[in-house]
Amino acid sequence: MTPPDAGLARRRRTNAVMFGLAAVCTAVALSVLFVLLAYITWKGVSSLTWAFLSRLPRPVGEPGGGIAHAIVGTVKLVGLAAVLGVPVGVLGATYLSEYGSNRFGFAIRYCADVLNGIPSIVTGIFAFTVVVLPLKHFSALAGSVALAVIMIPLVLRSSEEFLRLVPVSVREAALALGVPRWKVIARVVLPTASRGIMTGSLLAVSRVAGETAPLVFTAFGARHWDQGWLQPIAALPLVIYSYAISPYEDWHRQAWAAAFLLLIVVLAGNLAARALMQPRQEGTGS
Amino acid sequence: MRMSPSVLALAGPRWGADDAFRRMTLAFGLVIVGLAVAMGGTMAVNSRLAWRAFGLPFIWTSTWDPVAEVFGAWPFIWGTLVSSALALSVAVPLGLGTAVFLAEVAPRRLSDAASFAIELLAAIPTVIMGLMGIFILVPLVRWAEPWLARTLGFLPFFRGAPYGVGMLTAGLLLAFIILPYIVSITREIMLTVPRSLREAALGLGATKWEVVRLVVFPYARSGVTGAVFLALGRALGETMAVTMVIGNTPKVSLSLLEPGYSMAAVLANEFAEASSDLYVHSLVAIGLVLFGITIVVNAIARLMIHRATVRAS
Repeated sequence: MTPPDAGLARRRRTNAVMFGLAAVCTAVALSVLFVLLAYITWKGVSSLTWAFLSRLPRPVGEPGGGIAHAIVGTVKLVGLAAVLGVPVGVLGATYLSEYGSNRFGFAIRYCADVLNGIPSIVTGIFAFTVVVLPLKHFSALAGSVALAVIMIPLVLRSSEEFLRLVPVSVREAALALGVPRWKVIARVVLPTASRGIMTGSLLAVSRVAGETAPLVFTAFGARHWDQGWLQPIAALPLVIYSYAISPYEDWHRQAWAAAFLLLIVVLAGNLAARALMQPRQEGTGS
Repeated sequence: MRMSPSVLALAGPRWGADDAFRRMTLAFGLVIVGLAVAMGGTMAVNSRLAWRAFGLPFIWTSTWDPVAEVFGAWPFIWGTLVSSALALSVAVPLGLGTAVFLAEVAPRRLSDAASFAIELLAAIPTVIMGLMGIFILVPLVRWAEPWLARTLGFLPFFRGAPYGVGMLTAGLLLAFIILPYIVSITREIMLTVPRSLREAALGLGATKWEVVRLVVFPYARSGVTGAVFLALGRALGETMAVTMVIGNTPKVSLSLLEPGYSMAAVLANEFAEASSDLYVHSLVAIGLVLFGITIVVNAIARLMIHRATVRAS
């Protein structure tokens, strides 16, 4: 046996130091999340009262008031975005998984990747140019269009993945019974993948529920109940933004409470999506 | 996955309904192509006045004067590049360290739980990150800046008055926003490194760190590069968090302590109140530049990640 040399000791020290640093990095990364959750809860929970949820804002400068208009606004904006975006995403994904190994499929996938990568503020500009400019009005419709454009590639890519998980043998079994192909897809393939499609859609909804940038110059925000789809509308993220940068102490308090509410909604969406995927242990579901 | 040559191919004479269904789904797919094309197209059309008035020098002109109607994008491009570079310089080491710990040291269960928690960080709306930035990070940076200026003030990067808002704050906040992307992709790529390679290195007497440095890093390199570019794409386009802490001052300064501006932030701030056509077109032109940059960055990211996953499978 050679005696343990200085080189080995040094290498072991390096080993310990590097993994120590790696552990510190992990601790920092995780503590960011926990500090964030704890701080927002601490700042927000005390102001999150029924009055806050059910009332309209008071005139500027008067303390009190609530964010009922923004809650309704976010539900409407995201609801219409889902109605516009989810069908396009799911049916586009159906094409990709069932027929898409051709140049159309390539083009669709490529464009979905492009859409997925562009900043949401750019999507906002797009919605501004195609909806706000022709109608000469900031509007709820423009906000929903922007959110829908963000949702489509998200829903498309996740739905495609889940549709591809449906075994070929299942399709073949149905076809062998003489069922036409479109019916196989509509009655067998899509229902089999429905849990996954729902998960993807839920994730997309919770993602756009927190989007602010594309709403700033489309939905614009308002301090009253919304006046229909062609008028400006309030949204939770917009309220957080405008209250956070305002000079009023009381609006800061309300921004924290609204942030707490939005955080709960978004995290609940994410956790629900995860829970939806859990019982898929035995494979294809059904 | 391709359809295997099976009865699907033999499904026989096309039914009218089958054909109609295929065309219908294709139409929905083509909506996506249409959106991508329309996005580039409408932005090109709606920025034409700016390109006509200022030409290509629009990109490297530093004047932004809405009153005199002279517009140049350079302060915003500069701010976007500097804040993103700063974010990467913090998030890449931090993310790599975390990924190494989660992939190489932590037991699988802890690793999965921790990476789920870090992915939740990515789900938090960035306006909330901005809120945290305003009320926690800005005071913290304001407190640290006099000290930075004293000790590192001989460098041009750490001069100026301690405002709290500015490049440094924006870069740090962005780092936390992009961290989850780096961690989760890097960890997954590291977990695909074949066991046999690790064992071979260990068998030669390498320490665990040497395995990481000499086996895992080279193997995961293109995947990690892809993760970094993906994170960069996010950082370049991030709007709310940056708008809330960068200071929104269109000037070009080497100092990280000075307030700055970014492409996304100027769009968020000025678009809704842009009064003249030239003003609107100049803002859309900035959007078009941002659109172009992120497409290139994301294409590189996808290429790298694709290369890594092809090799892993």
